[in-house]
Amino acid sequence: MSDGNKADFLLGLLERMIEIREFEEGVRFLFLEGAMPGTIHQCQGQEATAVGVCAALAEGDFITSTFRGHGHALAKGLTMQEMLDELFGAETGCCRGKGGSMHMGSMAKGMVPGIAIVGGGIPLAAGMALSLKMQGKNDVVACFFGDGAVAEGAFHEGVNMAAIWNLPVIFVCENNLYGASTRVDLVMKNPRISDRAAAYGFAGETVDGNDVLAVYEATRRAAASCRAGEGPVLLELLTYRRTGHSRRDPCHYQPKSERADWAARDPIERFASVLEADGLIDAAGVEAMRTGVIARFEAAVERARVAPQPTLADLETEVFAPEAAA
Amino acid sequence: MKRQGIAEALREGIAEEMRRDPTVFCIGEDIAVPGGWGGAFTVTLGLENEFPTRMINTPIAELGFFGVSVGAAITGMRPIADVQYADFLFLASDQIINNAAKLRYMSGGQIAVPMVMRAPVGATGRGSQHAQNMERFFTGVPGLKVVAPSNAYDAKGLLKAAVRDDNPVMIFEHKLLYGSKGARAEPGAVDATSDIPEDDFIVPLDKAVVRREGGDVTIIAWLLMAHFSMQAAEKLAADGMSAEVIDARTLSPFDWPTLTASARKTGRVVIVEEGSKSGGVGAEIAAGLAERCPGVRIERVASPDIPVPFTPILENAYRPDAARIAEAARRLVAGS
Repeated sequence: MSDGNKADFLLGLLERMIEIREFEEGVRFLFLEGAMPGTIHQCQGQEATAVGVCAALAEGDFITSTFRGHGHALAKGLTMQEMLDELFGAETGCCRGKGGSMHMGSMAKGMVPGIAIVGGGIPLAAGMALSLKMQGKNDVVACFFGDGAVAEGAFHEGVNMAAIWNLPVIFVCENNLYGASTRVDLVMKNPRISDRAAAYGFAGETVDGNDVLAVYEATRRAAASCRAGEGPVLLELLTYRRTGHSRRDPCHYQPKSERADWAARDPIERFASVLEADGLIDAAGVEAMRTGVIARFEAAVERARVAPQPTLADLETEVFAPEAAA
Repeated sequence: MKRQGIAEALREGIAEEMRRDPTVFCIGEDIAVPGGWGGAFTVTLGLENEFPTRMINTPIAELGFFGVSVGAAITGMRPIADVQYADFLFLASDQIINNAAKLRYMSGGQIAVPMVMRAPVGATGRGSQHAQNMERFFTGVPGLKVVAPSNAYDAKGLLKAAVRDDNPVMIFEHKLLYGSKGARAEPGAVDATSDIPEDDFIVPLDKAVVRREGGDVTIIAWLLMAHFSMQAAEKLAADGMSAEVIDARTLSPFDWPTLTASARKTGRVVIVEEGSKSGGVGAEIAAGLAERCPGVRIERVASPDIPVPFTPILENAYRPDAARIAEAARRLVAGS
């Protein structure tokens, strides 16, 4: 990568993280205002995991996601517009208004709509990798899940099958220390999640999930290993959720001191200061980036507010695929 | 034309579909093991010789490999997943119902899930946990098709149609109908062999079939109960009563035109189900007929609301038989 390309790449990572943060903050406001139906699970504070992982993937690679998928979707290239349209329940949304916040996705962009049953995406990702491998493709699947999913049987079964068949899956555990309101150490004797990989016979690594470059580099290594046919990798990305679990959770179970410690490790501020120290951008440049993102977000919201809603004719469509040509 | 049982017909159907389409593959427990079983009931026996890379033997992990199947189906492959006993589908239900059946709708039509599932049902001397008729739990799940063949022709034709369909299809097979020989033979097995044409054929996933025409009473059944219903019709004929027997064959969707045409003709319907009565598939058929055919009189014959017992004397009392079916038909005819 030339210096110029590298600078663009690094600034792109920063801008994508800011986009996720501002998207989530804006969406939160719209929910509190009552403008959007349903519920939301947000990812403020976890921007570096989504952006670092997706930046290391190639065209043709897939991700699977969870109920907390807005960041993954933006990082995988879904537009704010198609996501806002979906959140407003519009027919122009990425899932035509039938998915909503928890099922954001676009197969064309390599993202399976969010699987909102905890752990449910893990065997699915293994199956996608099996399928890609059987078709002779060299693509990989990055499977996002939270610390809570590790307690599910689906984790054990999916990870084990990926291991025995050497499947190209990067298991990406975003360990944000809480499964809903329950702290990880209450539900696991060994809270170092990456240790579990050894039990299945493959490599696991714990990474600072608030350092976007560390996440990017770890994912790049994992993807290379997957493409070399060496089987799956488990990445545990240590991060922190700054919001409640879902829209009405005031998050009283997170100690103030812990919140303050993690706020001091904010992934966006940290990466901005690294780029500022390298002379790639200054504080005014970061602010301009943020202002630009907010302007794009607000314009997208105005369009989403008036986007066409599905009609009653759409209620019973898309339950079954048309008959395949026999 | 050749005479085959269900296990052989399914095996041949799977092989033909795998030859026709390189994206079709089998995944399940105890398949493709040299010297092994070919699945719990020999259906996939030997297929690994012709398709060494497309027979995926799994760990004992039903939730996991049904999830693997869904993942494969949404990215270009067409898996045929089987469980040893349908009772194990409870473990896999999250992937079947929350993912396979819903992904198309909740993605706004972006995704197709061309996936076949095969699951053996039926009370066969194995106690309560290898015996349930699981049709009730999957019939009526939006996004899922369900079929239940009673003979080898239908088994092969429905399997081939299921493989070619772009949706998840659950095939319930009955352990007493496989007709398997040797070590896997079942006491109490019923002859479900058919004449199988040499040419390619399918059986549509939404069509019932009239097995016997009659005018006094309609009997609707599927799987093993379709055979017992035919035996009941013989008994009734001996008494001068003419029963029409319909093999429902597809449970999601039901073939309402065929079912209602017969109900309107006879005005009396016996619905026979091997599973227990309350909340069963028969309840849905009865309600659907009552809505569509005002005035039709209905009796349900089903097992009592108990787990499947082990000892033969109780198991035989549990499962509906030809005598109970005929008795219900007589009650309906006598009551009008």
